[in-house]
Formats: sequence, structure tokens, C-alpha cells
Amino acid sequence: MKCVYRGAVDDVIEINGLIKRFGSFAALDGLDLRVARGEVHGFLGPNGAGKSTTIRVLLGLLRADEGTVRLLGGDPWHEAAPLHRRLAYVPGDVSLWPSLTGGEVIDLLGRLRGGLDETRRADLIERFELDPTKKCRTYSKGNRQKVALVAALASDVELLLLDEPTSGLDPLMEAVFTDCVDEFRRDERHAVLLSSHILAEVERLCDRVSIIRAGRTAETGTLAELRHLTRTSVAAELEHLPDGLHALPGLHDLDVEGTRVRFEVDSDHLGTAIECLGTGGIRTLTSTPPTLEELFLRHYGETVEQAEPA
Amino acid sequence: MNRFTGSGALLRFYLRRDRWMLLGWIAATAAVYWSQAVGSIGLYQTQADLDRAAASMESNPAFIAIAGPTRALDTIGGQVAWQSAVTGAILAALMSMFLVTRHTRAEEESGRDELLRSSVVGRDASVLATGLLVVLADLVLAVAVALSIVGYDLAWAGCLALGAAAGMCGLTFGAVALVAAQVVTSSRAANGIAGTAIGVAYVLRAVGDVGPGALTWLSPIGWSQGVRAFADERWWPLGLLGGASVLLLLFALVLLHRRDFGTGPWPARPGPARGSLGTELALVWRLQRATVVSWCSGLLLFGVAYGSVGDGVGDLIGDSQTSRDIFAADGADLVDSFYGVAIVMLALIACGFTVTSVLRMRGEEVDSHAELVMATAVPRRRWAMAHLVVTAAGTAAGVVLAGLGLGLGYAIVTGDAGAVVRFLPGALQQVVSVLLIGAIAWCGYALHSRLGVVGWLAVAFCFVVLMFARVLQMPDWLQNLSPFHWLPLVPAEPFEPVPILLLGVAVGGFVALGDVLLRRRDLATS
Repeated sequence: MKCVYRGAVDDVIEINGLIKRFGSFAALDGLDLRVARGEVHGFLGPNGAGKSTTIRVLLGLLRADEGTVRLLGGDPWHEAAPLHRRLAYVPGDVSLWPSLTGGEVIDLLGRLRGGLDETRRADLIERFELDPTKKCRTYSKGNRQKVALVAALASDVELLLLDEPTSGLDPLMEAVFTDCVDEFRRDERHAVLLSSHILAEVERLCDRVSIIRAGRTAETGTLAELRHLTRTSVAAELEHLPDGLHALPGLHDLDVEGTRVRFEVDSDHLGTAIECLGTGGIRTLTSTPPTLEELFLRHYGETVEQAEPA
Repeated sequence: MNRFTGSGALLRFYLRRDRWMLLGWIAATAAVYWSQAVGSIGLYQTQADLDRAAASMESNPAFIAIAGPTRALDTIGGQVAWQSAVTGAILAALMSMFLVTRHTRAEEESGRDELLRSSVVGRDASVLATGLLVVLADLVLAVAVALSIVGYDLAWAGCLALGAAAGMCGLTFGAVALVAAQVVTSSRAANGIAGTAIGVAYVLRAVGDVGPGALTWLSPIGWSQGVRAFADERWWPLGLLGGASVLLLLFALVLLHRRDFGTGPWPARPGPARGSLGTELALVWRLQRATVVSWCSGLLLFGVAYGSVGDGVGDLIGDSQTSRDIFAADGADLVDSFYGVAIVMLALIACGFTVTSVLRMRGEEVDSHAELVMATAVPRRRWAMAHLVVTAAGTAAGVVLAGLGLGLGYAIVTGDAGAVVRFLPGALQQVVSVLLIGAIAWCGYALHSRLGVVGWLAVAFCFVVLMFARVLQMPDWLQNLSPFHWLPLVPAEPFEPVPILLLGVAVGGFVALGDVLLRRRDLATS
């Protein structure tokens, strides 16, 4: 991996070489993940990459086959219940008791965890525009998600484990969710592990991200660091074609039309490429950094080779 | 596209989903009849044997209350029909009920039906396909029943009548379940309503068969026995069953067309905005209380129904040596020994609650509700123990109420109030054996969420031992595998503390084993 995590001793989540098999299928195949106190950590990966499995191992619902997992300084399998007092979980597909109302579920989950902040509960119900008197069987997916979010965010915890928490929420509610996470992170002792596919949400909220593929960590780092790993698109109009353009290192998809060139270049080699263009006399130059979408497509796509240390 | 477009494809899909389940139900039902045929032939070697048995059975109102009116008991066919018809009818009814709710309300509840309906599927296609599935299943069941016994030198007409009676009874209760599925919004509640209907039908005919005969004709199970297999068959009661099924089906369609998808006939009412549930035990009780209350009332009613038969047992059979030999242990009082057996019967019925209640854990797990609870500060053990506590309390309440009902019914009919106290210890001791069945289901579940089914296998085995051990000439060691066999038939036999202690230790052992197993395994993930 390129972006080696260097830092705090105070990790709330520390996973090394985690392997989880279901029969002969390895859902997690040597996963590493570190989440430091004070950060919102984006957890990204294509469907079936193992995000929910990782979170379930962290919750002590699944037992790790190999590797070490530390959660809030404890062992999530053996000390599940006491650790859970200090965290709250929102599943991606919230399934609630059909005969209870949303309000009853919020209070129940809060009490089972050891107490709710009443003011925050009332405030969250209002902000998420949730009707707590409805039976859960009548809630839509988005509303079930809100019930779980209110129950989690109203509790007094250090860590939030959020598994695609905004799936099914409308954009207004997504914004409310983002605000709530912002408020939660204001306390430096807090941390969030946020699994998500919504890139704007990730970009807006996450300090660092880990991208996993096929049960392994493909990349970890800040978004800036990850961008650095990817290609920049360059388009230039030159006076003449410079020598050695074709031989530039890290150059891809070169397209030459008279004196106009377009290519993509690995971010590491951007400088060399621009120098080379300079020898051809630059008339116009645009250089576009990779969008987050491109970043993810690169990591999610099957054909992309794993990024190796430079 | 008309209302029924896609029915054929749905039916094929259902058959594929259910093939093993259907096979199991049908094979089990046919096996009941078959084992009776084999057993009766083995037991009654001569006509004199048959005559003796018939004489003792025909005059026994307790037998009649349990199994139905006695006809042609001096023939093998009559014996098979009498001994199996009620069991067969109930099995067919349960099969049909589960089939119907599984493909109607359960699918609607889970949202899968929505997915199907969004494709090229007519509004009534799933109802039609479900109806056809049940018709097909009950038809195969009827044929299987007939084929299972026809080889034993029995008349074709009787075999067919017996099969058709079970199949048509199943069909009728399938239609009841279809109506129930339109009225309530959960498949659990729909099963509750249809299951209650089956129970009421059984009690109606039990009381009707020994007392006012009109009650029998209010019960589809009574109609199915009105076919009189092997006793100069009459076929028109099958028409009653068919007619009732069609009427119920039409009623269900009317209800279906008047309601919106996913709802019942009435709009959902709002509930409390704040919750009072604060512990896992309170949650489990809230989830289970309706089940506990309905089983307890059912068991009490069953007890009273059995008890109210009691007077006749003494009066009519007191002097019959044959039935004494069959029923009474070592010259004990016949009435007492009948009630000793009746208590075991009631305890076996109570197992239905116990296993269902234990397996509620599996439901909570696969529905991901357990995950929500266990992501809070509730350890697995406490979550499971909450379920087991509710199960144990419900079991104890149900079995004791059944015993009280038995004494009460007897006391009402005979005026002998002391019976309430006399019958109670027998019921109390059976609480442990029922709990053992529950503990076995718990261990199976704790090992793997799908293995809770061993609880049902245990119930089925104990039922076979109780009903057919003599007929099947089971060896003693096999019979002794049933915990109900360990205990004396109180009040006919003296109360013994040792077997109760042994059973108690076994229950404790299984509970502890399950606790270890559950804490070792992964939770099922959706």
C-alpha cells in the first residue's frame, strides 16, 4: 500500500489480516483497517466486497477466523456487550419489529444500550421529520432508516458504526444526517466508521477512507493522498510535438491530433510530463485532477491492477 | 393481461419452492394411516380380537371424544379410519394453512410479493396459484393416503373416502387461512387465526360426538368424519367441505379486492410515541404475549373439553375388563388412568407452544432483529435467556392450565371438586417433560439456526410413541426415549420425584449446552 497510516496510538478500531470464511468462500481475505479517535473514516468498496461482514465482526456477531481485531481497546467477540455500551450501530437494511412503533423501538434500543439523551432524541425526531407513533410495519425503508439513525445518534457513545446509513433517505434527510455526523465529530474523543456509496457524502464527511475489494484493503489514506495515486487528465495545444512524448513514464491513452495532445498520466509522473510538454512550447494547457468517481471506478473495476508501492 | 395472467408460472415456482416441505407433510400424513393399517393387522389376528376391541372402544366416550364417532370397529378398515381420521384431517389442515399463509400474507409482509406483482402478473394470479397449489397438495395427499392402505386388503371405496375426507378437510382450512390472510397483516397472526379455527373445529366435534350431535355438524373435521369410510360410505359431506371452501375462497377474494396491498380491511392505527420497553425480557414478552395467551386459553379449553368427558369413562366402562386391560395400569382406577393419559396428550399439545416459542429466536435472528438487540449492550446469553424464560413460563402456565381445565371440566360434570386437586400433580410433573422438548429445540437452534427443527421431530416422535407405540409394537428402549414415558401416569400411578429430578437435570444440561453452542457460532446474516 502506498499510503501507510502513521499516527495515533489511540485507535478505536484496529484490524490486522482479518479473514472470515463462509464455508469455502472467504468473505474477508486479510483485511486491514484502522480508525483513529477523532476521525470520520469512510469505508468504501463495491457490493459484496465485505463491508457489512467487517462491521458484523466488529460487532461480535461474526467470529473472526484469523487475524486480530481490536475495538475500543477490547476484543469484540469476547467483550461484545460492555463494548457496545460505547458504540451505536445503524445497519444498511433496517428491519424492525412490525408490531412496535418507531418511538417504542428508539426507546427500547436506547435503554438496552444504557440510556438516551432525551433532548437529543426529541431534537432528532423533529429534524428527521419522523412520526414515532407509526407501527414499524407501515414505515418505508427511509423511515425505518431514520428510526435506527435517531436511536443511534441520540445515544451517548464514542463510536458510530454506520453501514450505508443514508440508503433510502431523501436528499434533505441526507443533509440532516451529514449535519448530525458533523455535530458528533466535534467531540475529539468520538469516531465514526461510515460505509457508503454516496461519494458526495464521503467527500464531505470523511477524514480518511479505506477502499476494500474482494475482502482486502486496496487503499487507505486521506482523499488527497488517494487522488495522488491516480491519473490526471491533460490536454494541451503545442507549437510542435516534443521528442520522447511516447516514451514518457506513466503515460496512458495518448491521443495526438496535429499539435493537440491528450493523455492521462499517473499523478506521480505529472511533473515529468509537463516538463516534456514544455519543450514543445505550450500554447494552452488544461490539467484535470481525477474526480472522486474516477478514483472509485479505478478501485472498484475488475480490470484495474492493484496499486503497488512506488 | 387479465386478472390471472402468470398463475401458471407462479404455481410452478411455488411447487419448486415447496417440493420438500410438501413431500414431508404428505408422507407424514400417509404414514399415520399406513402405520394404523399395519398395526391393526398385527394386533388383531382374529375376528374375535377385533370384536373384543370394538366392544371396548365403542362404549368409551373418552376415545370417542379424542378420535371421533365409532363405526365398523370390528373391521380392520373401520379401525384404521377411526384411529387415523382425526389426525389425518388435522395434518392436512395444518399443511394447507401453512401453504396458504406462506404464499399470501408472508410474501406480502416481506415485500417479495411486491416484486412479483410488478412483473407481468395479474391481480389475482397469486391467489389462484396458491389455491391451485393447495388443491393439488390435498389431492396428492388424498391419493397418497388411499394408496398407503389399499394394499392391506381394504375396499377401494373406503380407502378413497378416507383419503378424500382428509384432503377436503385440508382444503377447507386452507380456505379459512386464505380469509385470515386478508384480515390480518402478519402471517403469524393469520396462522394464529386459522390454527384456532382448527382447534375449535376439533373441540366442537369432540363435544358433539359424545353429547349434542348438532355441534359436530358445525365442524369441518366432523364433516370429514361424516363420510363414514369403510362403514357404508356416504359422499355428500365432501360436498359440504367443497362448498365451504368455495364460499370462503369467494369471501377472501372480496376482501382482497377491497383492501390495498400490504394492509388489512382496517387502516393501521397509530401507537405510542414513547416506549415503555426497557429490557430484553420485556421485549420478548411483548413479542410473545399474544401467542402465550392464545395457547394458554386453548390448552385450558382443551382441558375442560377432555375433563367434561370424564364422567362417562367410569360409568360406561367401569365393568369392562377388556378396556381395563388396555387402559389401566395394574388395576388402577380407570377414570384416573384415563386422565393420566389425557394429561400426557395435553402436554404433547403444549409442546406446540414450547417449540414455536423457542424457534421464535430463529425468526428474530433471520429477520435481523436479533442483530439490532445484540448491537446494544445485551449479551447473546441474556437475549437467549429472555426467550427461554418466556418459553418456560408460558409452558408452565399452559400445562398447568390444561391440568386445571381437566379437573375443572371433570368437576363440573361430576360435581367432584376434589378432582381439580387430584389431576393437578400429573400436569405439574409434565411441565418438565415439555420443557425437555423445548430444551432439545433450543440446542438444535443454538448449534445452527436451521437445526431448531429437531424440536418438531422430537414432538412428532413423542406423539408416535404415545399414540402408536402399542400398535407399532415399539421396543421398550425406543419408547423410553420419549420423556413422557419416564413419568408415572398420575393420578393412576403414584407420584415419583426421581424421574422429575432426572428430567430436570436433563433440561438444565441441554440449556447449558445450548448456551455454549450459541455463544460459539456466527449469527445468521441476511
